[in-house]
Amino acid sequence: MPDPAETAQRAATIAVLVENEAGILARVVGLFSGRGYNIESLTVAPVDEAKRISRITIVTSGTEMVIEQIKAQLDRLVPVHKVADLTLEGPHVAREMALIKVVGRGENRLEALRLADAFRARVVDATTESFVFEMTGSGDKLDAFIALMRPLGLAEVSRTGVVAIARGPRSIHS
Amino acid sequence: MSATPAPAAADARLMTGAEIVLRALKEQGVEVIFGYPGGAVLPLYDALFQQNAIRHVLVRHEQAAVHAAEGYARSTGKVGVVLVTSGPGATNAVTGLVDALMDSVPVVCLTGQVPTHLIGNDAFQEADTTGITRPATKHNYLVKDIRRLAATVHEAFYVARSGRPGPVVIDLPKDILIGKGPYTDPPAEPHRSYRPQTEPDAEAIRRAVALLKRAERPVVYAGGGVINSGPEASRLLTEFVRMTGMPCTTTLMALGAFPASDPQFLGMLGMHGLYEANLAMHGCDVMLNVGARFDDRVTGSLAHFSPGSRKIHADIDPSSINKNVKVDVAIVGDAKRVLAALIEAWKADPTPQDKAALTRWWRQIDEWRARDCLRYRQEGRIIKPQHAVKRLYEITKELGRDTIITTEVGQHQMWAAQFFGFERPNRWLTSGGLGTMGYGLPAAVGAQIAHPDALVIDIAGEASILMNIQEMGTLAQYRLPVKVFVLNNEYMGMVRQWQELLHGGRYSESYSAALPDFVKLAESFGAVGLRAETADDLDRVIREMLAADRAVIADIHVDKEENCFPMIPSGAPHNQMILGRDEEGGAAGVTDEGKVLV
Repeated sequence: MPDPAETAQRAATIAVLVENEAGILARVVGLFSGRGYNIESLTVAPVDEAKRISRITIVTSGTEMVIEQIKAQLDRLVPVHKVADLTLEGPHVAREMALIKVVGRGENRLEALRLADAFRARVVDATTESFVFEMTGSGDKLDAFIALMRPLGLAEVSRTGVVAIARGPRSIHS
Repeated sequence: MSATPAPAAADARLMTGAEIVLRALKEQGVEVIFGYPGGAVLPLYDALFQQNAIRHVLVRHEQAAVHAAEGYARSTGKVGVVLVTSGPGATNAVTGLVDALMDSVPVVCLTGQVPTHLIGNDAFQEADTTGITRPATKHNYLVKDIRRLAATVHEAFYVARSGRPGPVVIDLPKDILIGKGPYTDPPAEPHRSYRPQTEPDAEAIRRAVALLKRAERPVVYAGGGVINSGPEASRLLTEFVRMTGMPCTTTLMALGAFPASDPQFLGMLGMHGLYEANLAMHGCDVMLNVGARFDDRVTGSLAHFSPGSRKIHADIDPSSINKNVKVDVAIVGDAKRVLAALIEAWKADPTPQDKAALTRWWRQIDEWRARDCLRYRQEGRIIKPQHAVKRLYEITKELGRDTIITTEVGQHQMWAAQFFGFERPNRWLTSGGLGTMGYGLPAAVGAQIAHPDALVIDIAGEASILMNIQEMGTLAQYRLPVKVFVLNNEYMGMVRQWQELLHGGRYSESYSAALPDFVKLAESFGAVGLRAETADDLDRVIREMLAADRAVIADIHVDKEENCFPMIPSGAPHNQMILGRDEEGGAAGVTDEGKVLV
């Protein structure tokens, strides 16, 4: 009988500090596709220009053994400085941003604006027949808002993917 | 980015990119390069022509250049170096690079590239070499700034040989090789991000020894990491096994890490490993794995692998630990440091060993040994392939020369592993992880270049040897007296064996039709060609082959339908081995799940 601890899946938000150099993203993505791991979301941007460091945030899922493998495989890449499993290491804040375009007139348009207000979405562009809302929050919150916009004239969505950081004074550098 | 020249004042110290590469190679202790020229690397070949410090060995195919560098690296412990041109030069090298990656062989491969301003333009002989080789290497570089060239070469050697060794590619655009820039020495400070852990954690060592001291049925399972750690690791492994009285088995990669003649050696384990080795793994209560990776050829069915044991796994690569098999004690570190620490801790731990239990365990192992799982019957005129390898081993042992064996891949490889005994490390060069047919002959080139006085023998099959047969030309050019010992059964034997056992004897495309006359083939390359057709010829042909001062192909006609046993059928556990033809019914029980496995 397989041990449930060995078959249970969990989600993991992993932060990876890497050298900001050509090809690093391809190395990380290639590792995931080559070894058959899931990527639910991946974001990357330089976080320290002086030290040429970028931070990649990956949301993935798998058994405990697979997630340990993912971290070990990431850590093995030569340009990787640090790998942190934010899900495992304690509470963390995870946020995503979306730009959501809703096209319409009349009552639908007003309803979209009222809902945006309730969800604390900002209007960053408006015409007489469209809005672009900017919204930051958990993935669930974004999903809920986007679902509400669908019947009100949802035309286009652009999402950043998840960025995350540990709560409290503890730093990934320590 | 284009190459930016340093200020004019530094001009006197500027060198061409090609000169910088050669100076960095020299600084890294490189004596030999295996390569093949082409348009994009002409500046490097021109610089090579004008110096004598580094020798270039011209192979006949870029794949062979990498295997030759692997043979050089594995027989010396040094980094093997390859030089190939852009495009097809680089793509031909890919099989060798993956081979080196799978077997953790330190190789630095310099590839030519079209000039930086043409990259991405589909220029002549352009290929996205760093893109293609990213999953084929431990790491790779594209040099776009000549000021980074020397530092990149130094770093490549550090990455290739440190931690878990592996192949590293440096892609060199032609304008970088022609342009001028400064040479820089290897950096004094540690690498910014890559710092492999070599020193084991003391607490993990203590817990490992506590388990081993209380073991009633222990087994030591050593892998290629022991070889890669250097000869000192093999010495320490032998010391540890002898001081503890434990049985020791090794993987295919680690043959020679523990002396084959030692009574505590159980032989190789795994799919074609020895009965006693596999049953000891299945029945042990504590397993110590040093430098092996629980490969599927070793574990068989993971669900049934060594079900009753506590497992200790020491490996320099943390990603190897808990990858296939969940272990109780994980030790990250270099094999020789781990073994030295285990020996120290064993001496320091006052817990007495249960000697009575160990004696009972050995009595059980001796019963398994008594099955004599490698037995075969050499009767009549037809040469049994096992007998051919056994006689080759016995006759080379009589000669007492330092002997290095390379192999191709297939049945002959397994028979070589079973019947050739290795007393020391770095004498057995085989393609384990990737299983590359065509490995043996070029690997023998590299080994013979590194050890001009050694006896280097490629134990081959008639199908595998044709995959890099062009390297007979390299043997001729450099007068390398490599002996190619072909077990010729006119079949891709391992394919034929699986078709017999698992696919109803339908021998689809596995017959080696239209074979060359190997004697004439040898002679056409200026080598000696010999043939043994009956058992009476065998010893004479082996002796003639070994006495020859030149390269030899010995075409040994063996039993066409002999199968390689023992065998753990795909997906079966260790305790369901097939020991011989009489038990082949055992393979009929292979499940569909098992058939999926290779």
